[in-house]
Amino acid sequence: MGKQKLSSKGVQNSGCTKATLWWFYLVAACIKVLLFPSYSSTDFEVHRNWLAVTHSLPLSQWYFDETSPWTLDYPPFFAHFEHFLSMFAHLIDPKIVHLQEGLNYSANTVVYFQRGTVILSDLCLLYGVYRLTRNLDSRKQKLIWLSAIWSPMLFIVDHVHFQYNGFLIGILLISLSYLEEGRDLLGGFFFAVLLCLKHLFAVAAPVYFVYLLRHYCRGGIGRGFTRLLIMGGMVAAVFAAAFGPFFHLGQIQQVIRRLFPFGRGLCHAYWAPNFWVFYIMSDKGLAFILRRLGFNVQTPTATFTAGLVGDSSPFSVLPQVTPLVTFMMVLLALSPCLLKAWKDPKPQMISRWVAYAYTCGFLFGWHVHEKASLHFVIPLAIVAVQTLEDAKHYFLLSIVSCYSLFPLLFEAQEYPIKILLLLLHSILMWSGFSAQFPDGAETARAPTGHHTEKKVDQRKSNGGFVIGWIERMYLIGLVIVEIWGQFLHPLLLGDKLAFAPLMLISIYCALGIMYSWIWQLTFIVKSP
Amino acid sequence: MKGKGTSDTVSVVDGDGNQCCWWWWLVHKGTTTTFLIVGLFALLVRAAVSLHSYSGFANPPKFGDYEAQRHWMEITINLPIQEWYRNSTSNDLSYWGLDYPPLTAYQSFIHGLFLRFVHPESVSLFTSRGHESYLGKLLMRWTVLSSDLLILFPAVLYFVIVRYGQPSRSRKSDIGWHIAMLLLNPCLILIDHGHFQYNCISLGFTIGAVAGVLSGKDLVACVLYCLALNHKQMSAYFAPAFFSHLLGKCLRRKHPLLEVSKLGFYVLGTFAAVWWPYLYSKDSILEVLSRLAPFERGIFEDYVANFWCASSIIFKWKRLFRSESLRILSLTATVITCLPSMIQQIKSPSNRGFLYGLLNCSFAFYLFSFQVHEKSILLPLLPASLLAMEEPFIFKWFMQFAMLSMFPLICRDGLVVPYFALLALFILIFDAPGQQRVKEGNYLYNYLGATTVRLVLFCYFILHIVYLTMNPPEKYPFLFEAIIMNVCFSQFVLVTLGCNIKQWVLNKPTKLEVDKKFI
Repeated sequence: MGKQKLSSKGVQNSGCTKATLWWFYLVAACIKVLLFPSYSSTDFEVHRNWLAVTHSLPLSQWYFDETSPWTLDYPPFFAHFEHFLSMFAHLIDPKIVHLQEGLNYSANTVVYFQRGTVILSDLCLLYGVYRLTRNLDSRKQKLIWLSAIWSPMLFIVDHVHFQYNGFLIGILLISLSYLEEGRDLLGGFFFAVLLCLKHLFAVAAPVYFVYLLRHYCRGGIGRGFTRLLIMGGMVAAVFAAAFGPFFHLGQIQQVIRRLFPFGRGLCHAYWAPNFWVFYIMSDKGLAFILRRLGFNVQTPTATFTAGLVGDSSPFSVLPQVTPLVTFMMVLLALSPCLLKAWKDPKPQMISRWVAYAYTCGFLFGWHVHEKASLHFVIPLAIVAVQTLEDAKHYFLLSIVSCYSLFPLLFEAQEYPIKILLLLLHSILMWSGFSAQFPDGAETARAPTGHHTEKKVDQRKSNGGFVIGWIERMYLIGLVIVEIWGQFLHPLLLGDKLAFAPLMLISIYCALGIMYSWIWQLTFIVKSP
Repeated sequence: MKGKGTSDTVSVVDGDGNQCCWWWWLVHKGTTTTFLIVGLFALLVRAAVSLHSYSGFANPPKFGDYEAQRHWMEITINLPIQEWYRNSTSNDLSYWGLDYPPLTAYQSFIHGLFLRFVHPESVSLFTSRGHESYLGKLLMRWTVLSSDLLILFPAVLYFVIVRYGQPSRSRKSDIGWHIAMLLLNPCLILIDHGHFQYNCISLGFTIGAVAGVLSGKDLVACVLYCLALNHKQMSAYFAPAFFSHLLGKCLRRKHPLLEVSKLGFYVLGTFAAVWWPYLYSKDSILEVLSRLAPFERGIFEDYVANFWCASSIIFKWKRLFRSESLRILSLTATVITCLPSMIQQIKSPSNRGFLYGLLNCSFAFYLFSFQVHEKSILLPLLPASLLAMEEPFIFKWFMQFAMLSMFPLICRDGLVVPYFALLALFILIFDAPGQQRVKEGNYLYNYLGATTVRLVLFCYFILHIVYLTMNPPEKYPFLFEAIIMNVCFSQFVLVTLGCNIKQWVLNKPTKLEVDKKFI
C-alpha cells in the first residue's frame, strides 16, 4: 500500500480514527471505574504518601522525609507529578495530603481520587499509541489499540494493584513515535524526561545512545559533532531541570541513595519469571544431587530476596551473583542489538530494539519486579501486526506475561476478574490476528477486489494465523499450572510447600519469557 | 464516520467494503465466537460491578435484598421442604419470609448448599441472621454470576441463533451489537450484581421461551415460560402475550382444540413438577399461594414510575379508595391496556408482533398493575432489548429512563459509581463508531423532534445532578423523587403508545414483507 495513497485519505479519515480511539479509551475507562473498590496493594498508600510529602513539605525535604516507611524513591519529575496531583487532592479532601493524619487513609475520596488520576494519566498512553499508529491502515490500528489500550496487564497492574505504568509507558511510546518519524531530538528529549520520571527505564539507554549517536549525529565529523553537542546539551538540560535543585541543595547523594537501594536482593519477594529463577533452581538441584552423592554441602543462611549482607551467599554450590554481574550480563545480552543499531540505525527497528533491551533487563537484571514485563510487552504490541511471525510471538508473550502477573492479585475477590481479563485478551487477540492473517481457505471465500489479490497470495503462502503445537502445549500447560496452584495443591498437600505454586508459576512463565527473548534476538540478528 | 469506508476498501479483504469493518476481527468467526467474546466482556463487567456495595449493606435490623436471599438459603437448607413457606418458631415469616414461588426456593437451596460447603457460618440457622463477611459476600456474588452464566447467557445465544440463523456477511456486526445490547443491559446488571437479586434466572427462562416461540417449538417455550413464572411471579407480566400469541397460532392449525390442550398439558405438567412437594394437601398449596400474593401491601411501594404513583400527586389513591377497590381498579386498567395487543396477536400472530406484544403487555402491567416495584421495569426492558435491532431509538430512550427510574434506589444502595459507569458503557457500545444502522429515523424521534430530544436529554442529566447534590425543600422531602418518576412515567407512556401503534401497523401488507425478511 502506497504511503501517499494513505496520507491523502488519512486527512478525511483522521476525524473518525480519533473518535474510534476515544471510544476504545472510554470503554476501557468505564471498566476501570467499575474496578474502583477492588483490592489495592501497598503501592496505593505509597503514592498517597508521596502526594502528602510533596504537598506538605518543601522541595528540600522530599527525599529526607521518613514519616511513612514508603519513602519517595522515584526521580524528581515523578515527585513533581505527584506535587501537581496533590494540588487537586487538597481541594477534594485535605486529609489525603496530610502527612500524619493521612497515613493509611482509605476513605472513598482518596480511592476515587487516586484511581481517577491513573485513568486520566492513561491519556498519555492514548496519545503515544495514537502517534505511533496514525499512519497505519485501519485494521492494524484497531488491533494495536486492542492490545495496548485494553491491555489486561495494565488493568491488573495500574487499575487494581495501583501504579502509573500507563502514563510512563505512554511517554516511552511518544518518544518511540518521534524516533520512528525521524525526529530524533524530540525522541531523545522524551526519553530523558522518562528517565527523570522513573529511572528503571534506563535499561534501554544504551540502545538509545547508540541509535542517536549513529542516526542523529551522522553526516561528517563537523556536523555530527555539532549534533552530538545539541543532543547532549538537551539531555543535560532535562537532567539539570530534574536534579539541579537537589544538586544545588547538596542533597544529590541522598537522592541517589533513595533511587538505587542496593540493599535489596537478587529477586523480589515473588520471583519474577526471569533467568535467575533457573539459576536458583539449578543451584538447589545441584546441592541436592551433591548431598546425595555424599558431599558436605552447607545450607545457605542468606535468602535471595534479602540484600547482600557480608560474605554470606544465598547459593550453596553455584557462584554468588552481584549487581555488577547482572549488569554485565544485561550488556552482553544487549550487544548484538547494539551492534545492529551501530551498523544500520533504522527508524523502523527502534521499537523492537527498545523492547528487546527491556526484555534483557527483565531477564538478567538485579531485583526485577514482575511488573517490569509491561515495559516490553506494550512496545511489542505496536509491532505485533507487522508480520505473521510477530503476531504469533506476541500472542504467546502477552498471555504468558499477563499470567505471570496473577500472583499480584492474590485475593479471592479479584480472581474472576484476572481470569476474565486474560481470557478476553487471548480470545480478542486470537480473533483479531486470524482476521488480520487469514488462512488460504478463508481468503478464497472472501470476494476480493483486484487490488487485494496480490496480498491474498502472500497470505496463502504464510498459512494464516495458526498456533503451532509446541505453543499450544505450552498454553495448555499454563492452564494446568493454574489449576494445580489454585485447586489441586491446596487440596492434596494442604499447607505443605505453600511456596511451590508461586515457584511453579515463576519457572513456567520464565520458560515463555526466555523463548520470547530468544525469538526477539534471532529476529533482530536476522533482520537485514 | 463517513470517510472511513473509502480507505478500508484498500486494506480489508471484506468484499462489501462497508464501513463497519473495524468490527471485522470481532465478528468474522461467526456468531458463536462473537458471542464468546461479548459474553466474556459482559462477565467481566458483571464481576467488576459485584465488587461494589449491595442493598442493605451494614444496615441492621432489616438489611436488604441481599439479606433476604441469604436468609432464604439459610431457611431452605436447614428446614424440611414443607416448612419453607410456613410460619413457625424456626421460620419467622415476618423477617424476610420466602415470598417467591418454589423454583426460587429450590434455587436458594442449591446455592445454600454451596455456601454451607465453603463457609458454613454464613448460612447457619438463627446465628447467621444479618451475616456479612468478605467471604460471604464473595460467595453470594458468585452464585449470581454462575446463575447468569448458566441461564441468561445460553438463553441469549439460543435467541440470537434462532433469530438470525446463518447471517450474511454484512449483518454479522449487527448481530455482535445486538448480543452486546442483550448481555450488557445496565439495569439488569445493576439490580442483579449490584443491588442483589436473581432476575437473570427468570428473565433468562423468558428469553429461552421467546426463542422457543420464534423457532416454532411452542412446547419448549411453554415449559421454559412456566419455569420463569415459577421463579418469579412477576413473569406473569408476559403471560397475556404468550397466551394470546400461542392461542392465535393454535387457532390457525388443523385441530385447534388438540393443540391448545397439548400446550395446557405441558403447562400443568411443569407446574405439577415444580409444586410437587406442596401438592399433598390443599392447605399447603394455599399456604404457598398466600405468600406469593402481596395484597396486604399498598398499590405501589416507594416511588415507581407507573400510573398510580405518578398520578398520586393529584389523586391520593391510597386515601380515596380502600385496598380491595384499588385491586379491582388496577386489574381492570391492566386488562384494558393489555387487550389491544392481545387481540392483535390472536387475530394475526406473527413473530415480530409477538415481540411487540410482550413489550406492550409487560408495560401495561408495569404501568397499571397492583404492587409494582421500581425493579419491575426490568420486565418491559427485556422485550425492548429483544427488539433493539428494529427499534434502536426506542430501546435507547427506554433504557435511559429505566435507569433514571431506578436512580433513587441505586443511590440508597450506594451504587452511584457503577450506575454512571454502566450507563456510559451502554451508550458507548450502543453508539459504537463504524455502524451502518440508521438510528434516528424513528417515529418516536420524529414525533418528539430533534430539539425536544436534546432538551429532554439535557433535563435528564440535570435531574441526576440535582438529585445527587441538592437537598429537597423540607416541606416536600420527596419532591425530586416525584419529579423523576413523573418524567419517567411520561416517557414510558410515549414508548408504549408508540409500540402499541407499531404492533397494529405491522398488519398492513407492506410491512409484512419486512416481517418476512426479518424472520
